[in-house]
Amino acid sequence: MTSPQRSLVVVLLLLLVVLGSATTANALPAFARKYGLRCSACHEAWPMLNYFGQKFKDNGYQLMNDRDAPIWQNPSYWPVTFRITPQWHRESTDKVAVDTPAGPNAGQQQVTSHGFDLSGLDFHTGGTLEKNISFYVLPSSNSAGSFHFETVMARLDNLFGSSWFNVKLGKFELDNLISEKRILTLTNISGVYQTYHFRPPGDSNFYGQIGDNQLGVEWLGHSYNDRTRVSAALLSTNDGQVGLPSSNAYSGFFTASQAFDVGKFGVDRVGFYAMVGEAPTFFLTSNGGGPVATPFGNNSGGGNKGFSREGFVGLFYFGKVDFLVLTQHGSDNAFFATTPSSPANQPLPAGLQSPTWNGYLVETHYVYSPQLIFLQRSEFERVSQQGVQGTPSNMGNLNMFTFGYRYYPIMTSRAGFAWHNEYSWMRQKGAAPDGTDLTSSTLLLGFDFDF
Amino acid sequence: MRTTSQKLSFFVSITAGFFFALSCAATAQETKYIEDQRLDTESHIGNLTGHARAAQPDYRRYCVGCHGEEGDGLGENEPWLDPKPRNFTLGQFKCRSTPTGTLPIDKDLYDTIARGLDRSVMPPWNTFTHQQRADLVAYVKHFSPKFQTEKPGTPIQIPPEPAVTADRIKAGQALFQRLECWKCHGVEGRANGPSADTLQDDQNRPIKAYNFAEGARPKCGGTDADLYKIFMTGLDGTPMPSFADNVKPDEAWDLVFYLRTLEPMHTKEREIAKQLGLKPINPNAPAATPEATPTTPTPAPQQ
Repeated sequence: MTSPQRSLVVVLLLLLVVLGSATTANALPAFARKYGLRCSACHEAWPMLNYFGQKFKDNGYQLMNDRDAPIWQNPSYWPVTFRITPQWHRESTDKVAVDTPAGPNAGQQQVTSHGFDLSGLDFHTGGTLEKNISFYVLPSSNSAGSFHFETVMARLDNLFGSSWFNVKLGKFELDNLISEKRILTLTNISGVYQTYHFRPPGDSNFYGQIGDNQLGVEWLGHSYNDRTRVSAALLSTNDGQVGLPSSNAYSGFFTASQAFDVGKFGVDRVGFYAMVGEAPTFFLTSNGGGPVATPFGNNSGGGNKGFSREGFVGLFYFGKVDFLVLTQHGSDNAFFATTPSSPANQPLPAGLQSPTWNGYLVETHYVYSPQLIFLQRSEFERVSQQGVQGTPSNMGNLNMFTFGYRYYPIMTSRAGFAWHNEYSWMRQKGAAPDGTDLTSSTLLLGFDFDF
Repeated sequence: MRTTSQKLSFFVSITAGFFFALSCAATAQETKYIEDQRLDTESHIGNLTGHARAAQPDYRRYCVGCHGEEGDGLGENEPWLDPKPRNFTLGQFKCRSTPTGTLPIDKDLYDTIARGLDRSVMPPWNTFTHQQRADLVAYVKHFSPKFQTEKPGTPIQIPPEPAVTADRIKAGQALFQRLECWKCHGVEGRANGPSADTLQDDQNRPIKAYNFAEGARPKCGGTDADLYKIFMTGLDGTPMPSFADNVKPDEAWDLVFYLRTLEPMHTKEREIAKQLGLKPINPNAPAATPEATPTTPTPAPQQ
């Protein structure tokens, strides 16, 4: 055996020993520390919730066992969790407009880049202020360390002694059963659900992205064992941006779901969701086109027009294999058919119509053990009516596939660590600079950890 | 060159090592065999049959952090928990429908999993399907050899609940005094009786009496029948004894009604007590019944 071969064998053996010696796991370790439960109690594989974790969340981060109030905690307990993912990743896009070197050869070409990198940092803090009063604050940064508030909310739980009356106020994740904030996939392509953010080509209404946290007030009701869940939220139509940046428009988000016992397989759930709202089509300007600046906010949007997103969701378990299924039908008013949108204080330009589309998502997990999960997700977005008449009917259609695994070498109630390896691929019709299909891919290897 | 003595020593060492390895392998195989046999443990709840083997993944995911791989209550969280997680290997359980000192029936364990145990970190695991719960009951049983050799006790008979009357509440209060419940639970049920600070469980760990005035659900359930059961079966492994030998079934209902008057919730019993102007007992006064001498109840088995 040559020297490099010997070194490789030694490294592999060491890796095997390190991974193999870990016997014991963990998501918000702050919650796990509080209650002394392993991560696997609430998470199918962290950060994705399992049925028990969903119930814990629905109860306002309470186990409902009389140990929920912070007075039960050691005074030194601090409900804080940090999460970040150092990684190596490779990003490739097959057609990118380039003008270097300048000259007749300029045009488009494939661009691939790779190297070591960081994710953003999530700084979770949440729990109870008192029995049945809970909170969650999540300052979150991008990978350069620029922070914003991803979540800030307080919640009154079990009002009137009933699990059917829970009210939260602030900026929060919508009551999506398939949660983008607890997504298991991390690449630049798969780190969001395309179905939650899709818009047909030219569509300017970015307010209907149900994967984003939103500002508003939500009522949630659920049965004692969480088999039946319903919620309704009133939201400012600003996609969660603080400072009243858009208009006085509001949206509503509604969900309902029912779970069923399927014997030894566990509990399956089916439900529906709908987001219905209005959004501005123009903004007042001054000084030659700049946005109006008022002393107490910039709510200068006007000409509100409607949009909607609705669909079905299903969580199906078959022993170690489970399927998450989501459909969505989206529709925006014709005034949003172009970017920028057509001001609704003027007649609708000829040739514009309401853009509509349908989205489908299937995510599969094979949970070999609480410490090892293999996953894949396929998403398909299909435009059913282009906003601008004459646009090719399949323009903007999108396919996305991702697969990978997460291995959790430790399982304790103190911290979480995952070796994450994933490959994602996406193609969108007509999105390249020359009007042909645009294909992107990502490979990511990283250490995802929280503590 | 090795001497004969060296050769002999070498031969003996090799032989001894061989037999030692062989005995280790045999012991490991035997342990594995016993564990494998125990994994055939079943539970029976109504029409459901639970299988211990099927519950292994769920136990590992949800329970092992507190109850431990071996079910001995020594999971990695044990040092920080109070009260401590149940040691399943002892085959001793607080919440039973069976007489003190006997094994619980499967339904008792099945109900405990879904109900959880208030004032502990054991949450209500009612998110499981019925089958998952039945499987987990079988898995809990497989840890204790007792379940292989003993049969569970016969559930106590609970007579139909009579109507609440003022007389029954007064009789219950007299019983509360006669049985010296107040020594631990306090004269107003606030868990501040003279013995409250000295209580220990079977592992000599400090334990608190139940505070009725707090309004929390009792560990083994909050219905009248649950209270009746706690009183008549005792909470094995704790200082709370069974009073089955000392109290007639009908009298036990009187006590249940009186205990309800100590709780802060609006109950019929509390309303009647208010109308009666019922005052807390005076521990120094003689008991209102002919048996002024405290009755010695059947002690809970200690291990």
